[in-house]
Amino acid sequence: MSDLAQEFAARIRTAETPLVIRAGGSKDFYGNPSTGERLDVSGHVGVLAYEPSELVITARAGTKLAEIEAVLAEKGQCLPFEPPRFSPATTLGGMVAAGLSGPRRVSAGSVRDHVLGVKLLDGQGRELSFGGQVMKNVAGFDVSRLLAGSLGTLGVLLEVSLKVMPRPATEASLRFELGQADALKRLAEWQRQPLPIAASCWCDGVLSIRLAGAHKAVEAACRKMGGEAFWADDFWQDLRDQRLPFFGASTLWRLSLPAAAPVIDLAGQWLIEWGGALRWLITEAPAQAVRAQAAALGGHATLFRGPETLKRQVGVFSPLSEPLMRLHQRLKAAFDPKGLFNPGRLYPEL
Amino acid sequence: MNAADFVSSLPIAELATVLSPGSLILEDEELRPYECDGLTAYRQMPRAVALPETEEQVVAILKICHRHGVPVVARGAGTGLSGGATPAPGSLVLSLAKFSRILAIDPEARVARVQPGVRNLAISEAAAPYGLYYAPDPSSQLACTIGGNVAENSGGVHCLKYGLTVHNVLKLRVALCDGTVVEIGSEALDAPGYDVLALMIGSEGMLGIVLEATVRLMPKPVTAQVVMASFDDLVAAGQAVADIIAAGIIPAGLEMMDKPATHAVEAFLQAGYDLNAEAILLAESDGTPEEVDEEIAAICAVMEKAGARQLRVSHSEAERLKFWAGRKAAFPAVGRLSPDYLCMDGTIPRKHLAFVLARIAELSKQYGLACANVFHAGDGNLHPLIMFDANAPGELARALEFGARILELSVEVGGTITGEHGVGIEKIAQMCVQFSRAELETFQAIKTAFDAQGLLNPGKALPTPRRCSEYRLTGSAR
Repeated sequence: MSDLAQEFAARIRTAETPLVIRAGGSKDFYGNPSTGERLDVSGHVGVLAYEPSELVITARAGTKLAEIEAVLAEKGQCLPFEPPRFSPATTLGGMVAAGLSGPRRVSAGSVRDHVLGVKLLDGQGRELSFGGQVMKNVAGFDVSRLLAGSLGTLGVLLEVSLKVMPRPATEASLRFELGQADALKRLAEWQRQPLPIAASCWCDGVLSIRLAGAHKAVEAACRKMGGEAFWADDFWQDLRDQRLPFFGASTLWRLSLPAAAPVIDLAGQWLIEWGGALRWLITEAPAQAVRAQAAALGGHATLFRGPETLKRQVGVFSPLSEPLMRLHQRLKAAFDPKGLFNPGRLYPEL
Repeated sequence: MNAADFVSSLPIAELATVLSPGSLILEDEELRPYECDGLTAYRQMPRAVALPETEEQVVAILKICHRHGVPVVARGAGTGLSGGATPAPGSLVLSLAKFSRILAIDPEARVARVQPGVRNLAISEAAAPYGLYYAPDPSSQLACTIGGNVAENSGGVHCLKYGLTVHNVLKLRVALCDGTVVEIGSEALDAPGYDVLALMIGSEGMLGIVLEATVRLMPKPVTAQVVMASFDDLVAAGQAVADIIAAGIIPAGLEMMDKPATHAVEAFLQAGYDLNAEAILLAESDGTPEEVDEEIAAICAVMEKAGARQLRVSHSEAERLKFWAGRKAAFPAVGRLSPDYLCMDGTIPRKHLAFVLARIAELSKQYGLACANVFHAGDGNLHPLIMFDANAPGELARALEFGARILELSVEVGGTITGEHGVGIEKIAQMCVQFSRAELETFQAIKTAFDAQGLLNPGKALPTPRRCSEYRLTGSAR
């Protein structure tokens, strides 16, 4: 347990150059290049409050996810959005700042959906609290959720309160040998039915389905859906933390698409999650072609991993419309008027 | 900027040129219905009401108002309970009532694209043929519109399991104060950039005007059953709620009513509630028949162990609806008992429920006003209903004061002044209790980032620093 908020605030107030905020560094690869003096927040740690019957945990932002998940597991609870842990050093603050969710995102919601409250330092070094430790809270603008996925460009996260959930009573996994088009079709059919599908993954001609919920519901779904049962806890964990061989590629695209999007006509290797809504792609195709395909279908494409030169050339994130970018710039200025925090990491303009 | 600072006159002739005949209301008699929303204790006549039919008209109206510095107050069905749609002095009310079309239901993608004036329940009705529905279900869902739901981040009795509006809206098409149209969010999950969607939802009409909403649809659960349990004391009922959650059960709905609420409801429609109980709990399970069987059995076991004096499980859809009817009619039932009532909306950590209800009972004595409590027990959202008679001298002021104390109490125990009804004008003073000066400045900076002139719904949700200093000095709610 260690409270370094005052120390960070002093750094911010006296900063003359931009600050690059870093805790565990497990997502150094993610986002656009950003330079500045390092602000190491990994020492600001500690679980501050956890009440299983309230479904809320509050911890300092430097606390390791592994610690938080262990505390929750003791009481049979979990982070249902399954944030990726790219290394054991992954922290709560990094999880919120990146806003990345894992395999169960499509059934359980995202990081942002589970953020109930935050404490942060703004660009003037002021300590601010928004949201809280209750499920429903509409007092003031929803700043807590705004911070999820902001890649540290709005402030230094100090504390986060999250809604947590019970671990599913039962899980089971099924496998089907299917081509991509057939897999997408089956997924669309299943998702319109009240089946306890928690996660899905299609790769290399195999569709894996993870069921989670009440014992009888999972049993009934297994009977109804068919396929081949397999023991798969490691598989879903490896998918979540991107330890499957597929994720070893040095250039990796992440396409987020409307759930019913068809097979995309781009040559390369695909791994499909979220019932078709998330598609990972390893391809030689030019960035413009990938972005254009995603945009045509109403989605967006992120250069999730890639060489710095390519990132600088095409940007990591799909471009925003001009009026939306202007709004982003004004929001950035509202929180960080001197432009201190992680300049350019989300967009070069921020 | 204060609403009173707007001195410009309304450019009526210019507005008339962009609207269809009959779509600009100027006469007092016709303006009267717009002077308040569901919070009838506050009234203010608008200068005019515009009822546009097209996006182009909304954009044109906003451009005109922006140029002339005219405040604009968006309005859906006017069912809000915090005065979010109460007109500002000299304002133009922008009614979205004519934007009532469901533009598309896509069963494959499980989304609906609707105009802001579409009623909440109409979305589920339109999706029903595909076995789908829209999950958030505020009590006013027959009348309230999706635009208003977005403005308030509305909840409902099923939101512990299925989330609030913010969890169920994927994308918004929004007109900013100067008429610029932006698309926020996307049908694809986790849109790039800041989560402006989260900021927009619950922003009480202060950041932009919703032109279109794309919402997520869910497969309709095959079946649902509800357990009705009565308890001899509130502490045991509160403990039963905690025990259910601790047992790893997330019921589709988990509601509590205290004795005054139960009596009000039973007098109104004889739902078969236990009149001797100090608290009634309703716990619903939905899903496949197998799932529901399992969960209902588990809930009953926990309730029994927690000391329920009576347990009843619905055995038909008719019976389930009957059990719920009382809870859903709680507000009108109280309305029948008392000429007027104020509905409060704090959220508290559930563990403090018994303490908070005891304090409310003390306050009820102190102010000489009866109070019934209905409680979204699963998520800690408490709705005390303060009964009063606005025609009796001093009662309204006492009721408001009583309400203010309840809000402060919610903050004191670590909760919030509003869980789902919004701040509006009703709770604006208590924002000074919940937030520091720097936090309020941040809200103002966000507002300014969207609306530098402060034209959209002025005088709501964000207190001025001066108002806060006065409030902190005097402790007076008004």
